[in-house]
Amino acid sequence: MADGNGILVIGEMAGNEPASTTLEALAAGLSLLASLPGEKLSVVLAGASTAAAAQVAIAHGAQTAYTIEDASLADPAPEAVVAAAQEAVRQASPRIVLGSKTILGRDVLPRLAFRLGTALAQDCTAVAIDDAKRLLATRPVYGGNAVATVACVSDIAVAALRAKSIDAGEPDSSRTGEVVALSVDLASAVRVRPVDRVEQTAEGIRLEDARVVISGGRGLGGPEPFKELGKLAALLGGAVGASRAACDAGWVPSSYQVGLTGKTVTPELYIAVGISGASQHMAGCSNSRTIVAINKDAGANIFKDARFGVAGDWQKVLPAFMEQLQELLG
Amino acid sequence: MTLKIVVTAKQVIDPETPTSAFGIDSNAVTVPSNQSPVINGFDEQAIEAALRLKEASGDAHITVVSVGSGFALDVIKKPLAMGADELILLDDPAFDNAIDPTVTVAALAAAIRKIGDVDVVLAGRQASDWDNAQVPIGVAEALGWPVATVAKKVDINGTTLRVERVLPDGHEVVEADLPAVVTVSNELGTPRYPNMRGIMAARRVQPTVWSAADLDLAIGSLSPAFELVSLSKPQSGVETEMITGDDDEDAGRKLAQRLRDERII
Ligand SMILES: Cc1cc2nc3c(=O)[nH]c(=O)nc-3n(C[C@H](O)[C@H](O)[C@H](O)COP(=O)(O)OP(=O)(O)OC[C@H]3O[C@@H](n4cnc5c(N)ncnc54)[C@H](O)[C@@H]3O)c2cc1C
Repeated sequence: MADGNGILVIGEMAGNEPASTTLEALAAGLSLLASLPGEKLSVVLAGASTAAAAQVAIAHGAQTAYTIEDASLADPAPEAVVAAAQEAVRQASPRIVLGSKTILGRDVLPRLAFRLGTALAQDCTAVAIDDAKRLLATRPVYGGNAVATVACVSDIAVAALRAKSIDAGEPDSSRTGEVVALSVDLASAVRVRPVDRVEQTAEGIRLEDARVVISGGRGLGGPEPFKELGKLAALLGGAVGASRAACDAGWVPSSYQVGLTGKTVTPELYIAVGISGASQHMAGCSNSRTIVAINKDAGANIFKDARFGVAGDWQKVLPAFMEQLQELLG
Repeated sequence: MTLKIVVTAKQVIDPETPTSAFGIDSNAVTVPSNQSPVINGFDEQAIEAALRLKEASGDAHITVVSVGSGFALDVIKKPLAMGADELILLDDPAFDNAIDPTVTVAALAAAIRKIGDVDVVLAGRQASDWDNAQVPIGVAEALGWPVATVAKKVDINGTTLRVERVLPDGHEVVEADLPAVVTVSNELGTPRYPNMRGIMAARRVQPTVWSAADLDLAIGSLSPAFELVSLSKPQSGVETEMITGDDDEDAGRKLAQRLRDERII
C-alpha cells in the first residue's frame, strides 16, 4: 500500500449540506487517522453550491475540502461525480478513499475503484487499519448470512460504508481547513444521459425518516391487508414498509421495499407482520431500536432478531393489538 | 443486422437456504451438500431482459457467459432452456476467486472481446453471494463502455440504449449509445420458466469452454485488490421475549400492553 497522504472522503450533498452519510464517512476517516499519524483527511464535494457544505465538512474533521460547483450537480449524474472524484484523488493522492453505499455511491464508487486500478470494498459496516497499515474492511456477505473481513492490498484502497453503521461525529467549529476549488470537464464525462424522471412518492411520513415502521410480507396474502398496516402506522405516526416478496407480488410499490436491495430504516420501533426474516430483509432493518414480529411460524428466523414476538396468525393478532393500542393511547 | 447480446450469469449458493444451514469451513461459506446451487436471481432477470429484447428486435443472438469452476451443468444450462442461443463457460481453477472481482472482470472483458461485435451486455445488479454489485461496472470500465445500473426496463432503438433505472421513490429514464452494459433488477419482473421444448433443446447444446489460456489471460499478472482475513457467522445480540396468551387475540392485546409498559409506544 502507498505511503502517506491519508484519506479522501467522496462526499455527497443533501441540498446545500453534506449528506448524513458523508458525515459518517468523515467520522470513520477521523478514527482511521488515529492509526496513520501525520496523515490528513480530505473531502470532495460536488454540488450546485458547496461553500457552506465545505465549512460543515471542515468542522467534521476535513483538513482539505475539494469543491466542484456547477448547476448540473444539483442532481448529479454519477459519471460527473466520478470525474470530480478522480481529480480530487489526483490532487490528494490518498492511500484510502471512503464513500457511502448510497444510491449515488453504488454507481460512483465501483467505477472510481476500477479507474484507480483496484476494486471496491463494498457495503462495509466497520473499517480499521492493521499493523501493515492496510485497510481492513468488515462487511456482511451472502445477504448477511456471513461476515467477512478483507484486507485491501492494492496501492489505493476504496471502500463504501453502509449507511447508519458508523455514527456521525459532532461538529467542532474551532477546526480549520482549506478549501480548494477544482475545475473538471463534467459535460464530456457523462455518457449515460438522463432523459426523464418519474417520482412515486408515498403520502405521509417518508419510510427512511419514520420513527415507527410497520412492514408486511408474503404472509399478508394480498394488497388489502396493507390498508390495515396503514391504519396502524397512522395510529403510531409511522410509515408502511414491505418485504421484497410483497413488492414483487405487486401488492405495494417497490418504493416500500426494506432490505439489502431496498431501503435501510432505523426506526425506534419496527413491526414485521408475516415476514420470515430472511437475512436480506434484516439487512435493511436490523439497526432498528426495537423489532417486534408477528408470524404464525414459531420457528421463523425473524424471531431471532426480534425483541418481542407473537407466534400467531396476524389476522387475529393484529386487530386485537390495534384495539388494545387505541385504548391505551386514549 | 443481428443484435448481439451477452448475458453474464453466475452459479451461486441458493440464497433462500435457511440461515441456520449456512456454515463456515476453512474460510469459505458452506451449505449442506444436498443443496443444489442456483443461477443468481438477478442474472435470471438479465436473461429475461435479453429474451424480451430478442422478441422486440426479431433478430438477436443471446450468448450467456459464466465465470467459475466446478459448474453444475443442469443448473448453468437453465438460460438455454429459457431461450438463450449459446453458453460459454469460462472455466479455470484460476477463476475460482470469490472475494476479488479483479479476476472475474478481466475474464469477462476478455471473453466479450473474443466474442466480438457485442452490442449490449446484460448482467444482474449483484450476485447473492458476495453482494458486490460491481463486476458489470468493472467490465464496462475495462471495455470503455457506458453502464446503466439497476434497470427495470431495457429497450434498444437502432444504436441507442434506453433504460428505466429503479430509484428509491420512482424511476429515471436514461439513454446511452451502444455498445453498453446494463445491470438488471428484480423490478423487471419474474423471469419466464423454461418450457418442455426449451429444456429438450438445452439438453442437446454443449457449452463452449474457455480457459484462462484460451483468453490469453495471465492471471498471475493481475494484482489482487483483497485478501481474506476472516469469515464468520453474524452474531445476534437480541434476547427475544415471546408474548403468549389464551389465544392469538389475547396475545395481540398483551403485546400492546407490554410495549406500553416498556414505553416503546
Ligand atoms: C440478493 C438478494 C437481495 C434481496 N434483497 C431483499 C430486500 O432488499 N428486501 C427483502 O425483503 N428481501 C430481499 N430479498 C429476498 C429475501 O431473501 C426473501 O425472499 C424475502 O425477504 C422473503 O419475504 P417474506 O418474508 O415476505 O416472505 P416469506 O419468506 O415467504 O415469509 C412469509 C412469512 O409469513 C408467515 N405467515 C404466513 N401466513 C401468516 C399468517 N396468517 N400470520 C402470520 N404469519 C404468516 C410465514 O410463516 C412466513 O414466515 C433478497 C434476496 C436476494 C437473493
